[in-house]
Amino acid sequence: MPDATGPDQIFQRALANKEILLPKCNDCGAYHFFPRVLCPHCHGSAISWEPASGKGRVHTTTVVRQKPERGGDYNVCMVELEEGVRMMSRVEGIAPGDVIIDMAVTAFVGEAEGAPAVLFKPVEA
Amino acid sequence: MTNQLRGKSAIVGTGHAGFGEAHGLTAYDVMAQSALAALGDAGLKLPDVDGLFCTMMEDSMPALMAAEYLGIQPRFIDGTMLGGSSFVNYLTSATMALDAGLCDVALIVYGSNQRTASGRLVTASRPPAYEAPYNPRYPISAYAMAAARHMHEYGTTREQLADVAVAARAWARHNPEAFQRGPLTREDVLGARMVGDPLTVRDCCLVTDGGGAIVMVRADRAKDFPKAPVYVLGSAAQSSHRQISQMRDFTVTAARESGKRAFAAAGVSHGDIQAVELYDAFTINTILFLEDLGFCAKGEGGAFVEGGRVAPGGVLPVNTNGGGLSCVHPGMYGIFTVIEAARQIRGDAPGIQLNDIDLALAHGNGGVLSSQVTAILGSQNTL
Repeated sequence: MPDATGPDQIFQRALANKEILLPKCNDCGAYHFFPRVLCPHCHGSAISWEPASGKGRVHTTTVVRQKPERGGDYNVCMVELEEGVRMMSRVEGIAPGDVIIDMAVTAFVGEAEGAPAVLFKPVEA
Repeated sequence: MTNQLRGKSAIVGTGHAGFGEAHGLTAYDVMAQSALAALGDAGLKLPDVDGLFCTMMEDSMPALMAAEYLGIQPRFIDGTMLGGSSFVNYLTSATMALDAGLCDVALIVYGSNQRTASGRLVTASRPPAYEAPYNPRYPISAYAMAAARHMHEYGTTREQLADVAVAARAWARHNPEAFQRGPLTREDVLGARMVGDPLTVRDCCLVTDGGGAIVMVRADRAKDFPKAPVYVLGSAAQSSHRQISQMRDFTVTAARESGKRAFAAAGVSHGDIQAVELYDAFTINTILFLEDLGFCAKGEGGAFVEGGRVAPGGVLPVNTNGGGLSCVHPGMYGIFTVIEAARQIRGDAPGIQLNDIDLALAHGNGGVLSSQVTAILGSQNTL
């Protein structure tokens, strides 16, 4: 695979290596997500990549209801990371309906739709 | 829209077609039937149309497809695709184009056969790259997460959400054009199949076929048509995101900005508005938009709609045709907010006709609470 150059490629390549990188603006210092060639806050274009803390909280959540024979219900949620960015994901390891707003969660690289993806699990009490 | 465009254009024809199920018809067939109905209402014919304002759920160049199908060669086209709010947004661009002399007869038109074609939302848009792996159900998961956050922050209840659907149905029961006219109680909504917590299938809009069309001309010739003209007094738009994951505050929409500017352009206040037609794709929408447009404070939308307060005989007539929840929702509902507002002002609403309506508000929503467009329409008396 040639060297990743675009923001999406860099993010995906890191995921393939079980690493979660977040784009951070060199000018204003703010993180953003999704990855892109400019900072959506200050519009600077000098972007660096930082390993994510992995610490987050569920900002909002839903259960997608689905018949058991089609795979059953599953969680879809928005997680706000300590870095101040939000991403869509799901919380695994508990019933989808037990995912609640403000729940503390930890990121890990799992698999979604056959590709590496950022997933979350509840922080152990 | 600024004050200088206030009242410069008028709606002189409205029409619709294919409500409910349009068996055997394509989306473009329904679009064309809607166009003919609106032009007939205005006493005009297709060759009179020189400005086309159209988008569809199909194709990458739907406005060109529509013009070709209709057999017209417009000198001005706006095919801006903002989702369901597009058709409220066209009120602004049509007014500008008419005022500048870029066209003389503007046709805003839409059609869809999504119910008979597939039974679900037909869309040419691709799932967002950073959302698709988690399989959100588009678009309900987005609205469900907005509803969940609103409940968390403001104590909004599922009962209050349900009351939005019950009110919509109460209006629809009087509207022979509405697709769902059977009785609906709060218990029915709460007990219906949950599809995306906290929303049941009765918190969700219908999936129907249908099309709508609007004919507009410059105000100076608006009285030359068979129906009483309905003037565009103010219209304004704001967008905040495309993907739900990019929505900054899940409880506040850009309707706050579009509403503020539409009211300023029209020079009217909330107490003047006699009918409110909101894009109610889901029950949470009505609550969010009533708050963001300023009919109540943020967080008080649940109490505002509770117990029939926006139903017939309530404190504020909202979605007087039954809305997207009970009247019609063919993929994009926006044009029907304008049509119902215009018909209430003209006095020929299909369901409950309110008395002496001079001012009505139409609000379009596009994407996943992404694009918000507000228009204020008025009768001759409001000029």
